[in-house]
Amino acid sequence: MKKKLNLLLFGLYTVFIIISLFLSFQPGKEIGKNFISFALTMLKVLPAAFIIIGLFEVWIKKETIEKHLGNKSSIKAYFWVILLASTTVGGMYVAFPVAAVLYRKGARLAVIFAYLTASAVFRIPMAIFEASFLGLKFTLIRFAVALPLIVISSEILGYIIKKSADKNKLFADESI
Amino acid sequence: MTILYIVGGLLLAASAIADKKKTLKALKIALKKFLNIAPTFVMMLVLVSIVLYLVPQETVVKHLGGPKNALSSIGIAGILGSIAMFPGFIAFPLCGILRDSGVPWSVIAAFSTSLMLVGIVTFPVEKQYLGAKTALIRNIISFFIAIIISFVIAILYGEIF
Repeated sequence: MKKKLNLLLFGLYTVFIIISLFLSFQPGKEIGKNFISFALTMLKVLPAAFIIIGLFEVWIKKETIEKHLGNKSSIKAYFWVILLASTTVGGMYVAFPVAAVLYRKGARLAVIFAYLTASAVFRIPMAIFEASFLGLKFTLIRFAVALPLIVISSEILGYIIKKSADKNKLFADESI
Repeated sequence: MTILYIVGGLLLAASAIADKKKTLKALKIALKKFLNIAPTFVMMLVLVSIVLYLVPQETVVKHLGGPKNALSSIGIAGILGSIAMFPGFIAFPLCGILRDSGVPWSVIAAFSTSLMLVGIVTFPVEKQYLGAKTALIRNIISFFIAIIISFVIAILYGEIF
């Protein structure tokens, strides 16, 4: 249904642009020019970005990372949890259920919070996209600044929640 | 962008030497993902091409940039990013377009980071998993992380000071 609606809208849009071209209707011509120039910019970047994402999916196995999460050492646990976060596909809707699994397997609270935040920042396919459109420098700075902030804030949040009654509400609903 | 193709080419070559079958599978995944997202892309471009005609670049840049209102721009971008919800596959290309229209790097950083980290729309879901208080604190902390990141970007790109 949504697909058909999109197709219809795109059809109307195309007709509008073409008629504008013939009638020299300035707004329509401007909008068409915008579209072509944005589309060209994207088509230049997208093939490379998607090929790297495809290679990543084929070569990196998530199981290896999950195996290492039982690690008692904090630094090692952080290392693996951030690596796990970077391989999360599908956004927060996937990240929360995974966090619930980590919690039930006994991971530390701070590490779980770090996973949630890191999965929003460090997801590899997103990072490839980010670097493709905004430059590698931008992405690297963002990551370098985010990393310590994520660790520190997760420790603080873990500390607050551990002492509060809200700890019992964490992943309390077993059905999700 | 040249780097992107060099890196992509090198990885592809290395992968092909190591395992042809896996590489072929990777290319298939790449194509499938591209085709899946393509319609959404096209619709975004349609929308953006119209919006950026109606709202001229000068207006966008006036409200989301310029050295005079760096602070308020970062704040507005952070709040917009917290409310809005769209996938990174759409967000980063959009950020690229905004960047090309002259929106400062720090504002882009505030928007994209809060978009990923802070979820007002997804709050009900997060509450289910974490409980309301924990989810609230997590989102507030995340908002400040986004603001701090954008300030560092602002300094390193020479947009303030």
